Amino acid sequence: MYELIEKAEIFNVHKMVIKAPEIANSIKPGQFVIIMGNEYSERIPITVSDWNTDTGAITLYVLELGISTLELARMKAGDSLYAVTGPLGIPSEIKNYGTVALGGGCYGIGGIYPIAKACKEAGNKVISIIEARYSSMFYHEKELHAVSDQVLYATSDGSKGKKGKVEDVIGEMLEEGVKIDHAFFMGCTQMLERCSEATRPYAIPTKVALNSIMLDGTGMCGACRVSIGGETKFACVDGPEFDGHKVDWKELNRRKSAYTEHEAVVYQSYSHGCLAEKKLRQEL
Amino acid sequence: MELTAKERMAIERHGMAEQPPDLRNRNFEEVPYGYTPEEAVAEAQRCLNCKKRQCISGCPVEVPIPEFIALVAEEKFAEAARLIKTKNVLPAICGRVCPQETQCEEVCVRGKKDVTKAVAIGNLERFVADYERENNLMEVPELPDKNGFKIAVIGSGPSGLTVAGDLIQLGYEATIYEAFHLGGGVLVYGIPEFRLPKKIVEKEIGALEDLGVKIYYNSVIGRLYKVDDLFNIMGFNAVYIGVGAGLPIFLNVPGMNLNGVFSANEYLTRSNLMKSYLFPKYRTPMVIGKKVAVLGGGNVAMDSARTALRLGAEKVTIVYRRAREQMPARAAEVHHAEEEKIEFRLLSSPVEIYGNEQGWATGMKCQRYELGEPDESGRQRPVPIENSFFEFDCDQVIVAIGGQANPLITATTPDMKVNKWGYIEVDDWGRTNKEFVYAGGDIVTGAATVISAMGAGRRAAKAIHEDLMKETDETLRPPDEEVE
Ligand SMILES: Cc1cc2nc3c(=O)[nH]c(=O)nc-3n(C[C@H](O)[C@H](O)[C@H](O)COP(=O)(O)OP(=O)(O)OC[C@H]3O[C@@H](n4cnc5c(N)ncnc54)[C@H](O)[C@@H]3O)c2cc1C
Ligand SMILES: Cc1cc2nc3c(=O)[nH]c(=O)nc-3n(C[C@H](O)[C@H](O)[C@H](O)COP(=O)(O)OP(=O)(O)OC[C@H]3O[C@@H](n4cnc5c(N)ncnc54)[C@H](O)[C@@H]3O)c2cc1C
Ligand code: FES
Repeated sequence: MYELIEKAEIFNVHKMVIKAPEIANSIKPGQFVIIMGNEYSERIPITVSDWNTDTGAITLYVLELGISTLELARMKAGDSLYAVTGPLGIPSEIKNYGTVALGGGCYGIGGIYPIAKACKEAGNKVISIIEARYSSMFYHEKELHAVSDQVLYATSDGSKGKKGKVEDVIGEMLEEGVKIDHAFFMGCTQMLERCSEATRPYAIPTKVALNSIMLDGTGMCGACRVSIGGETKFACVDGPEFDGHKVDWKELNRRKSAYTEHEAVVYQSYSHGCLAEKKLRQEL
Repeated sequence: MELTAKERMAIERHGMAEQPPDLRNRNFEEVPYGYTPEEAVAEAQRCLNCKKRQCISGCPVEVPIPEFIALVAEEKFAEAARLIKTKNVLPAICGRVCPQETQCEEVCVRGKKDVTKAVAIGNLERFVADYERENNLMEVPELPDKNGFKIAVIGSGPSGLTVAGDLIQLGYEATIYEAFHLGGGVLVYGIPEFRLPKKIVEKEIGALEDLGVKIYYNSVIGRLYKVDDLFNIMGFNAVYIGVGAGLPIFLNVPGMNLNGVFSANEYLTRSNLMKSYLFPKYRTPMVIGKKVAVLGGGNVAMDSARTALRLGAEKVTIVYRRAREQMPARAAEVHHAEEEKIEFRLLSSPVEIYGNEQGWATGMKCQRYELGEPDESGRQRPVPIENSFFEFDCDQVIVAIGGQANPLITATTPDMKVNKWGYIEVDDWGRTNKEFVYAGGDIVTGAATVISAMGAGRRAAKAIHEDLMKETDETLRPPDEEVE
């Protein structure tokens, strides 16, 4: 059992600080864990945004989307998670690139933090660019400022920073001739794709943290397979970071939508709590 | 009263009563119901107790078969189970999943002409183990004093469980690291409930925990700790690697990444480990196929096909490159699959999976094969027939054509020798080239059987014991007879 020691809510993003000392000791930037709230849960992958080897705590930011993230969102400090498995995935490649731009949206705002921190420690100039719908939806900002030379904002309503998205900010910088030697992006698939398109004309080496559907996270099942430059890769063991200019986005989006109907049904059954499970099964 | 050989010969083999096919194809309950004590005794009386005892040499772990069967005939069921356990710690499991027809029963004198007439050794093994468990007659063995050595076992499949069980009984501290949130390896995530009820596996694991085996779940070695860390940081004296084969293989044909195309590992893990057949109570979803095609001819293919049927598929087709006789699956499973009206398209292999605009599989094109010259394994090689193709509709494709070695551990242990396929190289006793590191089961042999994985575990436990005892002071040594 893994104790939830702190829980906070920033709009639809939930900060979960979990006691997992062995993971805190071995995790590296860019790696993730697979968690289950209770024994009936799905195994869902979540990036580790921060960790503390003294307290043995790891920090996750969970974006509430469907049933699994909703059930995690309902947990309270003091509750325990049934399973936390990790670290998983290959750590980000950290070296002195020169100037590194990191873009984060939704859970990626927290997710890019450890990568930014490590890049800074490796001697890079770090520019962090984060996006949200409104200014009140940002989180983990103080920490991000502490490890970035510059933090730039983009909001859909223009309430903070540029009105627009990460790719608009980075596109403008590149147009103005700002030199970027390496880019990392983390967030929803649409954002990853748009940001990769923004850096492509400038041939900037671009790494994106893909979020395909996963099951075991150890390379055993192939649920997470993605096509990178025409080759099939398993995101959980070969990634999650890949060259953003080589990802088959259409296939990724399609494979991610495989369970949309199930997600809707189970979500409904949860919110109404009245539909007989048997009936639900027949409908599918 | 002793029966004469003639009287014994006159008794016909007792099949096990089973759920009828048109009932069981929609539920996940176990197919055979098991013997009654009377049936078990009568079946046991068929054993001629031959001098040659060929059955024992047919068993990879040399269970004293005629002796345990004699105990069954005397209605000493729990004693029979205990006798089996001196060689095979998981009889309730092996009785259900061993390929008896190519092992003990193949060489049974009574099956000489027709293996289906051999003494039903597997059924008897299952019966006595179930009897012992269901009547709470399982004995907790007495443990010797702890000898101070700590052993780490990676993986809780049959081979890892055997190593931990054997070593704890020799006075070691045994700790298992398991990647998943439940123990048992393929026994829980691969083999379906209707063939091996999970409560049996749970019970076996519980019994090991009662003996003091520690199991750390959710622990992926290679990521959380490297093998060297287990010595240097965690202070273990020896490490056993029993992580199974792992990686699925997909065919190199167009359409393999379409929605609706799964590896058997994914399909079975969703259904068995994550219990998506009980969705939405269990949250892991599973898309139900209407027309399902399964590629392959082994146990994994049969399990996938029969799972698809139980999940609600209208039609399930097995597509296999070779002929029926060459299917590596247990005979009983092929027979059950046929009874459940699973269709077999033999000597065929897909060349393309078709998909619709939304990217879901809709059908496949296959090429026909014929049998040619025998290959290295002695089986006739399937050769494609030119310009001989056929197509059929399917909205789900499950790929069960085998696996390859998972590199998670070997890649993070570069000084450990692997062969050209990535499987770990060991000597006859499971020793790798790295001192105090041992390996066995599917990660050494490639996909094999439960019993061979257990056999490997047992040999490695002996080697670990011998190697560590060599290192220690004489006074700590257990009596000689325990060291082989
Ligand atoms: C390596 C990796 C790291 C990840 N890190 C994080 C993290 O740090 N924090 C976090 O909140 N999530 C993260 N994710 C994504 C997270 O695993 C999924 O959002 C989660 O599984 C959704 O489960 P659900 O049941 O709540 O939603 P579902 O019911 O599965 O989905 C609800 C709706 O959201 C859509 N959806 C599903 N998954 C995603 C996704 N990944 N992105 C956008 N839309 C999606 C579905 O199509 C559906 O419409 C990560 C994924 C991977 C593979
Ligand atoms: C669907 C299916 C049906 C089968 N049917 C039969 C049958 O009827 N009869 C028969 O005899 N055999 C059958 N087999 C084969 C048999 O199950 C295997 O040969 C046997 O389970 C191998 O045992 P093992 O201990 O080597 O590995 P496994 O059973 O594969 O167990 C390995 C364990 O190690 C864990 N692991 C992997 N990597 C790591 C890591 N890095 N860190 C920690 N833990 C890790 C895994 O999660 C798993 O729990 C079947 C196999 C399958 C897949
Ligand atoms: S999640 Fe199963 S192989 Fe990646």
